[in-house]
Amino acid sequence: MIDAVLPWVIAGFALALLLNAWRLFKGPSLPDRILALDTAYINALAVLVCLGLHWRTAVFFEVAMLIGLLGFIGTVALSKFILRGDIIE
Amino acid sequence: MIEFLIAALLVIGVLFALVGSWGLAKLTDFYKRLHGPSKATTLGVGCVLLASMLFFALQGRASGHELLITLFLFLTAPVSAHLLVKAAMKLQPDSRPPPPP
Repeated sequence: MIDAVLPWVIAGFALALLLNAWRLFKGPSLPDRILALDTAYINALAVLVCLGLHWRTAVFFEVAMLIGLLGFIGTVALSKFILRGDIIE
Repeated sequence: MIEFLIAALLVIGVLFALVGSWGLAKLTDFYKRLHGPSKATTLGVGCVLLASMLFFALQGRASGHELLITLFLFLTAPVSAHLLVKAAMKLQPDSRPPPPP
């Protein structure tokens, strides 16, 4: 049951990543592009969790946690740079 | 039975993530676009992580990593959305709503 569903789930997340990439290239303003990157790292994290389900391994959870941590730090740093013109004051 | 539940959680999660990303691609204004990812995508990833937690608990290899990732995402999504709105208001000052009387 799970193995029948998993390829379609991964394909759905890949489609979501494509939509994010379209917004990243098109996005008229800078916050749009930051928002596209923010959504893309969350979707990539979900793809990694699905791959861990597919290969029955728990190794990918550390990778997923690192992606979540560094993606959040990246979003905060880019937004702070727009807000203040500097990241560490 | 529990396998069916895991598969249903996976499908619900990917549907939420697709709705969020589609809203990000299709809506017209930045403040409208912010709604899709910050709600739907976080919920979709939450469903997928819940399915993964159930799956590994079923195999007798339960771990707390998924719970940590879910907690971290649920804590950080509102913070990043707030910072993005503040950045957008800095770049377009006329989009700020008028102060209440």
